[in-house]
Amino acid sequence: MGKLYKGVRLYLHYVSIQVRSMMQYKTSLILSIIGQFIGSFQVFLGIFVMFQRFSRVEGFTYSQVLLCYGIVLMEFSLAEMFARGFDTFSGLVRSGEFDRILVRPQNEILQVLGSRFELTRLGRMIQAVVMFFYGIWASGITWNFAKVLTVIFMLIGGTAVFSGLFLIYAALCFFTMDGLEFMNVFTDGAREFGKYPMEVYGKKALLFATVIIPYAWIQYYPLLYLLGRETSFLFMLMPLGACWFLVPAWLLWRYGVRNYQSSGS
Amino acid sequence: MKKYLSFFRLRFVMGLQYRAAALAGVVTQFFWGFMLILMFRAFYRADASAFPMSFEATASYIWLQQAFLALFAAWMMEQEIFDSIVNGNMAYELCRPVDIYSMWFSRSAANRIAKAVLRCVTILAAAVCLPSPYGLQAPAGGWNFFLFLVTMLLGFGVTVSLGMLIYVLSFFTISPQGLRLLFSSLAEFLAGALIPLPFFPDNVRKILELLPFASMQNLPLRIYSGSISAVQMERAIVLQIFWLAAITEFGKFLCRQAEKRVTVQGG
Repeated sequence: MGKLYKGVRLYLHYVSIQVRSMMQYKTSLILSIIGQFIGSFQVFLGIFVMFQRFSRVEGFTYSQVLLCYGIVLMEFSLAEMFARGFDTFSGLVRSGEFDRILVRPQNEILQVLGSRFELTRLGRMIQAVVMFFYGIWASGITWNFAKVLTVIFMLIGGTAVFSGLFLIYAALCFFTMDGLEFMNVFTDGAREFGKYPMEVYGKKALLFATVIIPYAWIQYYPLLYLLGRETSFLFMLMPLGACWFLVPAWLLWRYGVRNYQSSGS
Repeated sequence: MKKYLSFFRLRFVMGLQYRAAALAGVVTQFFWGFMLILMFRAFYRADASAFPMSFEATASYIWLQQAFLALFAAWMMEQEIFDSIVNGNMAYELCRPVDIYSMWFSRSAANRIAKAVLRCVTILAAAVCLPSPYGLQAPAGGWNFFLFLVTMLLGFGVTVSLGMLIYVLSFFTISPQGLRLLFSSLAEFLAGALIPLPFFPDNVRKILELLPFASMQNLPLRIYSGSISAVQMERAIVLQIFWLAAITEFGKFLCRQAEKRVTVQGG
């Protein structure tokens, strides 16, 4: 417990350093936050525009899609808050900075996470909070204890899945020395396309999101429960089940660290 | 003029070196395009009559957009230029007997074209092979194809000159990140990069079509599949030429102002 407390304190210290350095460019920071906000806002506008023309898609109405999008964006933003430090990990590997991290007597994941914290993410986070509550408000669902619990499970499971993806992205850098651009499809792509329930993309996509990367576990199946289309408790618990995804991600990372060969300099 | 052409050639050849990155880009864009088409298919199934253009035209629009992403993506900007403004390397460039605006213009144009050349062939070839409504259709006619090429060149010019505005404005804000983010997200949406402009409600679309952003990818991609009327097309091309001239001139003007009062950062 003491170790965990120390870890959290160190992380917060890292964050405070980053925040202070960013405060040096205030105008840019404010513009960045607004930019992030608008950047996420355009996804909502995209949904809005499409539903001006169409009343429903695959049986999902505008407000139901908004609920889906609000929850997915919140899941992603939470994961991004904690785990996006992995994003610049390829730079750490290439510059040899990771060697320095390894010789320090602290957990290496913690240090990588602390290596970069962008306040600009606040823009997306604000957007996520707004969309999340708007989605819940607009959905017209009669909330009971089980449904509230489902939403909380979705946030937990979703944060775990997206964090796992960020971790895999970083772990692959051990082998390729470079960030793999196509991995963005699985993170930013999932956020972008996760605005619509997975069923929209067809049976094969749904199968992929069920069996290979558990997107549907944190989005489609629990959503069916929320909307009352499915009543089995299994659908309510599925997002928690998605947390298993962290296990292979973490194993890959461990494997990468074990086999890490410094790139020099 | 000659020196800018050689800048262009230099950067173009340099850009062609990044083949592995291009391959990754191709995979990403192909996947992205495919997901977009699946999304539009769901809406098409839900209500085919509400579709503003044919499904085939929509698929073509998406594939061309993915193939020529490097030409039109507002968010693709050169970190090196921003870095040189922040860390002071700008000073060297200011010492040279060249016009900064023209140099950067030819440089970012070259980089974009190199990227597009490396990526477009694979994506276009794959998209042509896809089965009918999902693949890339033939152009609506010879004349349309010709105009598609012309407006693509003009639209590319508009994209680069809009990007130039951001580089030049970075002289004033010093840290460029915010401006860049703000500009790219606005431009993407208004240019029809997320959703083609015909899908917007009519009164909104009419306004958006007057903005310079509609001159970027919207016009060439719609001309290709013939989802724009002849009258509208003429008007839009005139507007495109106007925007290209206006934005370039404005950029040059701003650049001169910036050069007068430039403060070099660091050493």
